[in-house]
Amino acid sequence: MTQSPTLSRRSTPSAPSQPRKSRQRGADARAGYTFLLPWLLGFIALTVGPMISSLYLSFTNYNLFDPPKWIGLDNYATLFQDERFLGSVGVTLSYVVFGTPLKLAAALAVAMLLNSARKGQGFYRSAFYAPSLIGASVSIAIVWKAMFGDSGPVDQGLSFFGINLGGWVGNPSMTMPMMILLTVWQFGAPMVIFLAGLKQIPADLYEAASMDGAGPVRKFFNITWPMLSPVIFFNLLMETIHAFQIFASAYIISNGEGGPAGSTLFYTLYLYLRGFSDFRMGYASAMAWLLVIVVGIITLIFFKTSKSWVHYSGDSK
Amino acid sequence: MTTMATPTKPATEAPAPVYNPKSESVGAKRIKSAIFHVVALALTGVVLYPALWMVASSFKPNSEIGGANTSLWSNNFSFDNFVTAMDGIGGVSTLQFFTNSLILAIGAVVGTILSASVSAYAFARIKFPGRSVFFGMMIATLLLPFHVVIIPQYIVFQQLGLVDTYIPLLIGKFLAADAFFVFLMVQFMRNLPAELDEAARIDGAGHVRIFTAIMLPLMKPALISTSIFSFIWSWNDFLGPLLYLNTPEKYPLPLALRLFVDQTQSSDYGAMIAMSVLALLPVLIFFLVFQRYIVEGVSTQGLKG
Repeated sequence: MTQSPTLSRRSTPSAPSQPRKSRQRGADARAGYTFLLPWLLGFIALTVGPMISSLYLSFTNYNLFDPPKWIGLDNYATLFQDERFLGSVGVTLSYVVFGTPLKLAAALAVAMLLNSARKGQGFYRSAFYAPSLIGASVSIAIVWKAMFGDSGPVDQGLSFFGINLGGWVGNPSMTMPMMILLTVWQFGAPMVIFLAGLKQIPADLYEAASMDGAGPVRKFFNITWPMLSPVIFFNLLMETIHAFQIFASAYIISNGEGGPAGSTLFYTLYLYLRGFSDFRMGYASAMAWLLVIVVGIITLIFFKTSKSWVHYSGDSK
Repeated sequence: MTTMATPTKPATEAPAPVYNPKSESVGAKRIKSAIFHVVALALTGVVLYPALWMVASSFKPNSEIGGANTSLWSNNFSFDNFVTAMDGIGGVSTLQFFTNSLILAIGAVVGTILSASVSAYAFARIKFPGRSVFFGMMIATLLLPFHVVIIPQYIVFQQLGLVDTYIPLLIGKFLAADAFFVFLMVQFMRNLPAELDEAARIDGAGHVRIFTAIMLPLMKPALISTSIFSFIWSWNDFLGPLLYLNTPEKYPLPLALRLFVDQTQSSDYGAMIAMSVLALLPVLIFFLVFQRYIVEGVSTQGLKG
């Protein structure tokens, strides 16, 4: 939608007299903060304030009814001995580490397939995008649970090929593949973004490469990948951050318990259970802050390493 | 930072021609095109299967969902499941849940449109000290896991006696808490020519005039994208209502669905799936009607599903 990555704006009307200019500036400052007020209020009351209080709560024992009791770093220390917590970290990490790259690979592959088409691209693009709009809903979680349940269509289909896994929902080693399939199924949103990026790659680059005798593999690694790298970076960052926050699907599929055997006890689900079923608000706050720190570190690593593989081409700065 | 969110050029630009070596014969092109459609159609079948299965099952009698019966078709299609699903759960009719969902979604749309457009105008069109700092913070909230704020927010709303009302679910919308929409509108406004407000200023118009008379009408595309997505996100939201609402009379559809699952647990599969279909119906209708708009919005603004 825009190419300008800078904050600089075309400046105010040129060279009015000095006093007028400073009066204008004062008026602009007042107007600026007046217009900004809704966001500013929300930012302070709903983001900054709560962040500070959850940081404080993370050092306390608090059950919503008695006043918070300061316990220092105890919550954080307990977390690392809490097997369910460690389990939820493992579940979430494997979901992020396997689900996100698979989803993005599917998105890129299908985008490249569609980009080669002359007709019907719009239809396929919409059809493939649809799951992204509904995938995180309670309805789809219910459908997923039914489809992957005992003698559901997935089990039936696999039995046809002689694979008898039974229901995936009740099998602790199959719930993760099931959840990953649910996220891969929603490959449409990053695909649409990839497709828009692919269309920006000048066709003459490929033509020149063909004339030099480059095959499809070389074209992919030498043209498509570097030219698309800003889009890949954007999708990777956003999808990773979102994957950490999966909640509704896991809640519905496991009846809010994270079972079987903790195999769907995702980080946010455990946080919810600790905070809102056990009313251990301090403990849950410590979990929330750990999540912020981890996501922050990951974002930082992404931005630091991006310099070596993300190329912003000349015209987009 | 801003480049990464919007890596693509305006959709209005003509797409660059697709790579197409001239040496290919017409026959080879046809074969390639046929292969493409076979692959793409097969993929469409796989991708849409869960949705088709859901719709087909919602019309089937319980005995034919699951079990050895894998075909999507049935000779016993009927509306029975929907009749049961419309009865609702916990003494509340499904129509009531629908109304609740609608109130929340419309509230979300109105709140987001009002607050995000006003705040975005400040970011995009007014120069004031501290603007870039706040803009950076707004971007940072895009990446912030919101779980870090839900506990203190809950505590505050609980102490104010606002739990089990819609206020905690809607107040954020009226305070531009969905930074994504603010960001989207800022980007949109920045692409509008600066001469517009300069000319209006010379004519003596203040910011209120410029915003209401010039910006808002021009921002229609961004306002439509925002409305569509804030409606759908509110409609599908589960965690918010789960935290704040306790009485079934106030439940929106996703929460009602959970109650339905809890209480009927596999005893009435058909009705459960019919209710899932009903809960998605407005989203599907939105998608069919605004399809191009939604997909264009995603491809140009990087909006998430």
